[in-house]
Amino acid sequence: MDEIDKKIINSLQDGFPVCESPYKRVAKQLGLTETDLIGRIKALLEKGILSRFGPMYHAEKMGGALTLAAVKVPDERFENIAGIINSFPEVAHNYARNHELNMWFVIATDQPERLFEVIHSIEEQTGLSVYDMPKINEYFVRLKLEA
Amino acid sequence: MIDDIDSQLIEIFQQGLPVVSRPYALIGQQLNLSEDEVILRLTRLKQQGLVKRLGVVVNHRRMGYKANAMVVFDVPNHLADQIGGHISQFGFVNLCYQRPRHGEKWPYNLYCMIHGKNREKVLQQLDYLIESCGLAQFSREILFSRKCFKQRGAFYQVCTKQEKVLSDG
Repeated sequence: MDEIDKKIINSLQDGFPVCESPYKRVAKQLGLTETDLIGRIKALLEKGILSRFGPMYHAEKMGGALTLAAVKVPDERFENIAGIINSFPEVAHNYARNHELNMWFVIATDQPERLFEVIHSIEEQTGLSVYDMPKINEYFVRLKLEA
Repeated sequence: MIDDIDSQLIEIFQQGLPVVSRPYALIGQQLNLSEDEVILRLTRLKQQGLVKRLGVVVNHRRMGYKANAMVVFDVPNHLADQIGGHISQFGFVNLCYQRPRHGEKWPYNLYCMIHGKNREKVLQQLDYLIESCGLAQFSREILFSRKCFKQRGAFYQVCTKQEKVLSDG
């Protein structure tokens, strides 16, 4: 990743235009050619530095639901429980964290009722209680990591 | 409201935006829509807020952001909005939410995420945040992530009205 890649990543985190030739427009702003920009974005996606490029949907407005959940997993069952939880396609992220509540994951479903079904199934299959922590309020921040 | 064509667009966009010179024309070809129509519909979905933004999700670990702290505070409910609003102004805070407590076992109701290149830096930023927002009086915990098991964007299957009727029947 060189300085130009960093500039590209920072710019794309601010948004992307909806117009006929969006890459051309962004390339111009960054002082690149359209071909160069397209090639570099492809490479960043292939290397996995960018994990997704496109529209980000608003789960609730789409009629879906989203929650943050956590479980307390005994050390010796960690890999096994991670396997069970990650096997649900509705589980979007899963992180181990240094706390008694040591596994934290996001569940996203296309229908609100499905959220409770997933939580219930995880409890049944793991024998652990799931702490359900849906957002009550979101305080808006500019989600951007400087490259 | 969105119609069936919007639903198809939303679904096709789940795979990401094509990285070609005329991406909206290419998407249109798959749905038998003109480029203009795709641009118009996408613009409308943005205005309606169904599309929050168009852009990238970066893999923060691959970018060198290896220290990822979830910091939770137990603040009085009536102060949550004020404090949350204040916390979210700091550039190094990546997300900030109010969430329900779970009794004495988990009394925290205000969450914020700080991603940094190393723990020392994140802890320095947290100290600064605590001091600037007057948070020292509230109990808190810092949960650093140890391992990421899974990371992907959320995928949504959009059910059209007709499909809903069929599946309900």
